[in-house]
Amino acid sequence: MTDALDVTLRLLIVFVVFLTFPLIVGQTEHKVMAHMQGRLGPMYAGGFHGWAQLVADGVKFAQKEDVVPAGADRRVFQLAPAVALLPYLVVLLAIPIGPGEGAVGQVLDAGVFFVLAVMGVGVLGSLMAGWASANKFSLLGGLRTAAQLLAYELPMLLTAASVAMAAGTVSLPGILDAFQWWWLPWQIVGAIVFFVAGLAELQRPPFDMPVADSEIIFGAYTEYTGLRFALFLLAEYAGIIVLCGLTTVLFLGGWHGPWGSDGLGWVWTLLKTAVLAFLVIWLRVTYPRLREDQLQKLSWTLLVPLSLAQIALTGIVKVVIS
Amino acid sequence: MSLVAATATATASAVTAAPATSLAADTHGFLSPTGVEIAFLLVGLVTFGAALVTVTTRQLVHAALWLVVTLGGLAVEYLLLTAEFIAWVQVLIYVGSVVVLLLFGLMLTRAPIGRSPDADSGNRWAALTVAVASAAALVWVVVDAFRATWIDLDGPAAGSTAVTGASLFQNWVLPFEALSVLLLAALVGAIVLSRKAKAESSSPPVNSRAGSGSSPSVPDSRNHPSGRKEPAQATDPVQATDQVGTTDPAEQEGAR
Repeated sequence: MTDALDVTLRLLIVFVVFLTFPLIVGQTEHKVMAHMQGRLGPMYAGGFHGWAQLVADGVKFAQKEDVVPAGADRRVFQLAPAVALLPYLVVLLAIPIGPGEGAVGQVLDAGVFFVLAVMGVGVLGSLMAGWASANKFSLLGGLRTAAQLLAYELPMLLTAASVAMAAGTVSLPGILDAFQWWWLPWQIVGAIVFFVAGLAELQRPPFDMPVADSEIIFGAYTEYTGLRFALFLLAEYAGIIVLCGLTTVLFLGGWHGPWGSDGLGWVWTLLKTAVLAFLVIWLRVTYPRLREDQLQKLSWTLLVPLSLAQIALTGIVKVVIS
Repeated sequence: MSLVAATATATASAVTAAPATSLAADTHGFLSPTGVEIAFLLVGLVTFGAALVTVTTRQLVHAALWLVVTLGGLAVEYLLLTAEFIAWVQVLIYVGSVVVLLLFGLMLTRAPIGRSPDADSGNRWAALTVAVASAAALVWVVVDAFRATWIDLDGPAAGSTAVTGASLFQNWVLPFEALSVLLLAALVGAIVLSRKAKAESSSPPVNSRAGSGSSPSVPDSRNHPSGRKEPAQATDPVQATDQVGTTDPAEQEGAR
């Protein structure tokens, strides 16, 4: 009975995190972007500095009609948002936020492979949406999504493999247990490559070619309305949480910190994740969108060689110190 | 055609999975199967069904999506057999990359909504024969090789990453290396083929941009409308996406 209670509690906590953290990031994005552009951002909803703006947005989305275009492939069209969103919920289960088994939804033996594999599945949702909408802009968006995923999955995997090599394990809590502070400079190239590739996989600016609004309206999500559209947006922000959490765990030492990592380790994890999420928003405001060929060039001629160099460096250091 | 080949393989492996299951369940404890065994059988049936739909559906993209279900089902089967590492690699490689590549190819060339009348192959009986024969061969080999091997589902995981890695790099390192060389050869071959096609297409003087070697830039072709009707030089995926990016929306509509 206690087992069942334990599992239920963990699932519940992960679910609550999944529902609230993306909204927090979304609200932060509203405010941070506004202030970086010399605006105030949402100020009315909820009274205090527009804190309830996204709740209001959610209510608005829920009231809208759920339209399925006449020419669309109905079932695939309706299924796509779920396929895009659920993988991120599942990935959250495997991200440890503190030391010990109590601070992770589920300890997985092959955690690194699990998270990368499941994150890759999420992109299928965009592909399904792009195809099933029967809209040329959606199709173009879907195509760009697929091309982007194929280009950026490889550097992500390679850099994650570099960390796994350094730690001698592919389990996420195991990697954190093996973490030493000097891994930070050792794996810094890998960290940057992983983060950039992750941004591209999430289609966040400056890698938002698949949803480039000035060319193809909103890419694969053009035909979506109401709650299903909101689910796609939620998937994007849940993706930010997952990417920042993963970068924290793999490269920044997760719950390790200069002090208090035993009792307050989870604070370090959340802090590092929050800083990275801020960085994601900052990048969106700072950089213009990359063109499709620049996007591919960046991956194949810069990120892949860098990640291979990181793996070589990891291997050499690993052999030298052992 | 690669879709047919891929689905045939998937069917074959699904077919392999199902009978192997029933055999294990039967001999181990016919009247008291454990929960894992029942789950294994049910997932096997779902996987088999999805594989069947993959090869029989008339809608191309649906076939690819059912292939996702099939490959995912196989991953679940690996999980139930405690081979966690293999399961996630299966999802990563097949669901995350191979099917995405497949869908990309479909959407790039033709992906009509609704039935494709030409999705039916005249070779269906030959294909069925080959599929059944390869499935039978696989089942026979697997059953014969692992007749007396039991997986203790309740004990420590027999397919954990450490165990898999140790057996791969201690007992099976030679086949592993041979496979890497094979893949490398395929990679080099693909590069050679694509460069050859590029060199040929750049020989007519009209198409001067393809031979320059630099990546084609989209605004460039916009500024010079005469350059838009040049013959398709989509030999590598990078250029292929570029081509689509610049395609006239009306043409795209017509293709669908």
